[in-house]
Amino acid sequence: MVDFTKIQDSIPYILSGIPILFQVVLVAAACGMIIGIVIAALKITKSRLLRFIGHAYTAIFRGTPLILQLAIIHFGLPQITGYVTSGYESAIIAFSLNSGAYISEIIRAGIQAVDKGQWEAADALGIPYMKQLRSIILPQAFKNILPAIMNEMITLTKESALVSTVGVLDVMRRAQVVGGEKALYFEPLLFAGLVYFVLVMVLTLIGQRVEKAMRKSG
Amino acid sequence: MTNNLTNEKMIEVEDLYKQFGKLEVLKGISTTIKRGEVVAVIGPSGSGKSTFLRCINMLEQPTKGKIVVDGFELTKPKANIAKARQHIGMVFQQFNLFPHKSVIDNLTYAPINVLGLSKEAAVERAEKLLDRVGLTEKRDSFPNQLSGGQKQRVAIARALAMEPNVMLFDEPTSALDPEMVNEVLDVMKHLAETGMTMVIVTHEMGFAKEVADRVLFLDEGILMEEGRPADLFDNPQTERAQKFLEKVL
Repeated sequence: MVDFTKIQDSIPYILSGIPILFQVVLVAAACGMIIGIVIAALKITKSRLLRFIGHAYTAIFRGTPLILQLAIIHFGLPQITGYVTSGYESAIIAFSLNSGAYISEIIRAGIQAVDKGQWEAADALGIPYMKQLRSIILPQAFKNILPAIMNEMITLTKESALVSTVGVLDVMRRAQVVGGEKALYFEPLLFAGLVYFVLVMVLTLIGQRVEKAMRKSG
Repeated sequence: MTNNLTNEKMIEVEDLYKQFGKLEVLKGISTTIKRGEVVAVIGPSGSGKSTFLRCINMLEQPTKGKIVVDGFELTKPKANIAKARQHIGMVFQQFNLFPHKSVIDNLTYAPINVLGLSKEAAVERAEKLLDRVGLTEKRDSFPNQLSGGQKQRVAIARALAMEPNVMLFDEPTSALDPEMVNEVLDVMKHLAETGMTMVIVTHEMGFAKEVADRVLFLDEGILMEEGRPADLFDNPQTERAQKFLEKVL
């Protein structure tokens, strides 16, 4: 039988995993953004080597499971570096690197979706490359990029549950702890699911608003 | 005819070749355009006339050959192409206005950020040009609020805001509804009267006849024939030019 009153007193405990969830998502999104911009820049340069590096980076991080990347960073790397990272640190590193790969693809696609006539017009006016990118191309690419970045935030929010595998007490992990203590798994897990669902819905709504605003600025 | 001809060379094209992969688009074009000259480039589609024009400001990198504009060799290794382009205006078939910038910002961006003009000077210059192309009232509009003809007039004004020595036009009226063609051609005609050196790739034979000092007929990447409009249009020498003109006149 399902009986949520049995976990009533544990609900605040589970909810207090939300701040750590936000921390992981926000820090990883910010770092992922920086990495994404750098990798996207590599992908659109004229240098073959730099382009290769950019594409190889993306291929590796998109081509392997995130939980494996997290495990390698948390359990594997200390064996080589001799430096043990906390679960939180490992999670931030793994999520940032992984998110950077996806964001770089979003930015690259956004830039390349801008009409090539825009580059040519800027070229013809003698505008230097970096100024073209900053003032002419990126403001137009932004419209394609921002809604996709919102999607990436949603993905990150859900994937953040993987930090439970390296001992970070997030919503997911706390639900498991409650389950273990009370020998009662269905209710706490379902409640955790509700927490993620609500967060994702809120982000989705924000995303829709953003998309609408972008379209309006036509 | 503009009677602004001088003997000073403005554009020199020497033995220009351009290949796209295995496709040879330009096969050794040579010509000299004088300061103040208005040159129309005509020919069937796929003849290489747009590529020829785009090579002049290096939007297409020539495979071989030499391009000199106003004494500056653009095909020289490590030539400062961006610097040279500041003096070569270009107008595109698809306008290519910056959609996120207002008309006035489209006109002032490059003068401020490339030439280093003060904002006031750039705005003053832009306003004069908007007046010249008859779009003063569109100063603060955005490109998506303009008709095709208006967009192209803004694009011409944007190029002129750099005070170029040469203006290149790549089929400037081909993307326009028929009723808007004339407003753009009028602006170009006035520009020709000011003594601007102009190279115009066009399908508007009437305009070429009226305004050009010289017409180049390109076919299959070769400059088949060139001459004064009256001679070339009424008395073409090559069979290809005859056939082409029969179809379009």
